[in-house]
Amino acid sequence: MEKNTGCPFSNLSPNLGITCFIAFITVILVRVLYVIYWTGKPLNKRSPQQTLSTLIVLGSGGHTAEMINLLLVLQKDRFTPRFYIAAATDNMSLQKARVLENSWADSQSGVERISAEFMQIYRSREVGQSYVTSVWTTLVATAHALWLMIKIRPQVVLCNGPGTCIPLCVIAFIFKVIGIRWSSIFYVESIARVKKLSLSGLLLYKLQIADQFFVQWPQLQRKYPRAHYVGCLIFVNKSCVSESIKAQQADTDIVQTQDQLPNIRT
Amino acid sequence: MGDSKDGVKGKRVVFVTVGTTCFDALVKVVDSQQVKDELLRRGFSNLLIQMGRGSYLPTKSSGDDGSLAVDYFTFSSSIADHLRSASLVISHAGSGSIFETLQLGKPLIVVVNEDLMDNHQSELAEELAERRHLYCARPPTLCQTIAGMDLKSLVPYSPGDATRVAKLINRYLGFPEE
Repeated sequence: MEKNTGCPFSNLSPNLGITCFIAFITVILVRVLYVIYWTGKPLNKRSPQQTLSTLIVLGSGGHTAEMINLLLVLQKDRFTPRFYIAAATDNMSLQKARVLENSWADSQSGVERISAEFMQIYRSREVGQSYVTSVWTTLVATAHALWLMIKIRPQVVLCNGPGTCIPLCVIAFIFKVIGIRWSSIFYVESIARVKKLSLSGLLLYKLQIADQFFVQWPQLQRKYPRAHYVGCLIFVNKSCVSESIKAQQADTDIVQTQDQLPNIRT
Repeated sequence: MGDSKDGVKGKRVVFVTVGTTCFDALVKVVDSQQVKDELLRRGFSNLLIQMGRGSYLPTKSSGDDGSLAVDYFTFSSSIADHLRSASLVISHAGSGSIFETLQLGKPLIVVVNEDLMDNHQSELAEELAERRHLYCARPPTLCQTIAGMDLKSLVPYSPGDATRVAKLINRYLGFPEE
């Protein structure tokens, strides 16, 4: 009987709960769709003096070399402060970034200190690790990535694989959905990928997490039309090129013929 | 051959590099008598092997008796110098080694490691071989590649640059063009 007296309210409350839940999910979904809709749409014009905090995710070996080549041509006064993140097992990459930052600091008169921070991140799974223990390490790695991202809240994320960048990019995307920070995510697929995207690249492309997706081979661009073909990122400075070409003409058996690589010519 | 500089010194070095990897199959095959004979026949005088983390030790030789002089080391901070002084480079398929060699304009044979599970690296070597920037081989076919290679037919590689990516990033973020 008591149940009946409270009838209007108690009958309503589960409905209300379900309604609230549905409303909440709808809001989230609409927001996710909104974020995906705006992903890849260029941002409004801004003044050249404006600075953007930039997260640079360093892969390893060849990935890091390609990223350094990109950083060399980016305007360091616009992309500042810079935060470098590399896997905890990779000591070389941060070292290379430090050398680069130091060379910039030296070339400046010292009036304006360049702001750069270097961090390491746990990897969710090392090569050969068992799947049972990797559940725990993945949790730890995700929590660590979240902590770093809350601290940095970058406006620009630059990455070029491999897997280290995935949790950071996903968190950056979630920050967009929740409204913590609207960041622009740029992904450059490695030169080593000629016919197929890497797993990280494929995820960021298919899930529409990357705002701009760059590939270094034309056949990949044909396969993934939203990607931009940018040619080979690796370069040496011009005097070096001409010198090596001169040396090559005198020194080796190679003869200069029509270049067939569809590169951007300087 | 137009090898005036090397000709004066009388040295034509073949430099073999496996980078930071372990690639005994490559070290073993370049150390085989068959490959050494072929290199000698093609006019090379020295074989220098950077063997990385591999465990197979090649046999050293001074080359005094008219054979190929063979030397090896594990790692070196001056790989670039070795590449520069080489007349032919035989390398593993890592993108770093490949592009460093191509940028120096050195003739290159890339040997793909067949033992690697995720062998996407062969994609790059095969694509560049198709464009005639280098020769691509596997350990069993290296000797054949050396015998059949025509270094004059290789096409010099013109390096790319990252400015296009930088331009697109700047444009996307709304920065004015420079």
